[in-house]
Amino acid sequence: MCGIAGLIHRGGTDNIGKEMTSMLQAMKHRGPDSTGFALYSKPLSKKRYVMRFKVAEGAEARSGFAIQEQMEARKAAVDKRLQELDAEIIKAKAATEYAYSYELKFDGDLRELASYIEDIDDVEILSVGHALELVKDLGDATAVSDQYGLNKFNGTHAIGHTRMATESDVDIRSAHPYWAYPFSDVSVVHNGQLTNYWGQRRELERRGHRFMSDCDSELIAVYIADAINEGEDLHAAMQRSIDQLDGVFTYLIATSDQLGMAKDVMSAKPMVLYESDDFVGLASEEVAIRSIFPHEIDTFDPYEGEVRVWQT
Amino acid sequence: MANVSEHASHDMGMHTEQLEGRTQQVFFSATEEENLSQPFTYDVDFGREAEFDAREMASGEVNSKIKDLMKDGYGSITVRNPGAKHSVAVGILNRLNLVLDGSLGYFGCGLIDGPNIRITGRVGWSCAENMMAGTVVVEKNAGSTFGAAIRGGDLVCKGSVGARTGIDQKGGTIIVGGDTGAFSGFMMQRGRMIVLGNAGKNLGDSMYDGTIYIGGSIEDLGVDAVVAEMTPLDCEWLGRKLSLFGLEAPDGIENMTKIVSGKQLWNYDNLEPSEKKLIL
Repeated sequence: MCGIAGLIHRGGTDNIGKEMTSMLQAMKHRGPDSTGFALYSKPLSKKRYVMRFKVAEGAEARSGFAIQEQMEARKAAVDKRLQELDAEIIKAKAATEYAYSYELKFDGDLRELASYIEDIDDVEILSVGHALELVKDLGDATAVSDQYGLNKFNGTHAIGHTRMATESDVDIRSAHPYWAYPFSDVSVVHNGQLTNYWGQRRELERRGHRFMSDCDSELIAVYIADAINEGEDLHAAMQRSIDQLDGVFTYLIATSDQLGMAKDVMSAKPMVLYESDDFVGLASEEVAIRSIFPHEIDTFDPYEGEVRVWQT
Repeated sequence: MANVSEHASHDMGMHTEQLEGRTQQVFFSATEEENLSQPFTYDVDFGREAEFDAREMASGEVNSKIKDLMKDGYGSITVRNPGAKHSVAVGILNRLNLVLDGSLGYFGCGLIDGPNIRITGRVGWSCAENMMAGTVVVEKNAGSTFGAAIRGGDLVCKGSVGARTGIDQKGGTIIVGGDTGAFSGFMMQRGRMIVLGNAGKNLGDSMYDGTIYIGGSIEDLGVDAVVAEMTPLDCEWLGRKLSLFGLEAPDGIENMTKIVSGKQLWNYDNLEPSEKKLIL
């Protein structure tokens, strides 16, 4: 089933970590397997990035043979390769014993950096961006938020996902949101199923893109990011996706300064929208939006085939 | 409780003789009250009023509280802060004046048979699904599958609704003050649907029967849905019905578009009435 949520503060910032935790926790019943957050703050300067990566799956970190040494070795390999690429580590933070957040100064090719780091066995980059920090792990929203200290994350906009695993495993790799490798700051959450996934994926692979998972949601992220990279604006790319991506879906996509929503032509997957002058909230269920508003608000369902994009 | 004599029970087609099946014997006495009453229904007094706050309650607790109040004879109940919870006010099978002061989540007011319900906020997907009788009035917007498979009563949304409104509608009246999404009236079988605003694509797709009235534009009609002539009877009925809820057609009732089944898709006319009944 899965639940998705998005929020954007137009012209301001707030504690989006706490808000998104509250929204996703209210939809825990839609999927308790894993929870993910894509949180956006004011962008760093052009040459500075935040890279979130993991060196093991949570389950592996708890029970793998000689795993502590292996994780240390994997992290050391990441550090070494960053140094080889002239990426300077400004700040390094261990979010958990298997997940890290690095602030980098880097002026090279982002695709080369991402590919070189992920070439290390069992290392996966969760996100790279000037504004984006992507966190995902097993458990409900409160558990993940507490584990990664997201309750004091100040930012402009966010998307999130509570997952009920159906067609892929219960692990961090298969959790949402998906970062659109190798494009900085693009992330996606999705509720639904794409039925022409493999055809679309092969087309993107022929164009040089790699996929980290077999999850159809990752395809949306790469599809849109590729279109943006080709010069298309976000709204136009999303509008085109309605025709080209087959299946039933509602998805949210975020860039460094935008939040977008798209619904398939059958309107088969839910989405409730609240919009005011300075805030927009979207979720699979209204109860999520209401979890951050104590007072009565007016909400509505966007229609079939509808695409909307909001600016920070 | 009705006092029904044995003679009356025979007139009503009921019998008191023992059935002679090997595995089952059914005994019926017209004097036994429980045989003539609906289970889970309550005699309530509309003059007795109660109110409670649902903010900290789970959906099941809200429904239990409503049931307990009905059991105690309260006929006018107000629920504050329903907070978009799911499946609130479902399965109410007797007359009741119920005000839900706020918004509901999914499946609100489903399977009801008789209450008058007013929701001051919005409702999520599948509001009043399988409603059999009574009135539900939503003051703001509604999600998709509004009034799915309703069989009777009046279901009103004063704002706009999502897709597939009245899918599989089997009776009753659905009224939408604003717009409705795609596939509204899909496989409609009986009843009437009134939309004062615009309708999305595939309106009335594969409808068997029933009537849809649209006040605004129609993106396109579904398979076997056709435009029919508005008659004075239609206009009179629409005027009467809309006035009950304080609603008006923006361009006048006489300018509304009437949609019915073309009856080309389903070949009912070759069927015997008993066969039709089996299908429906």
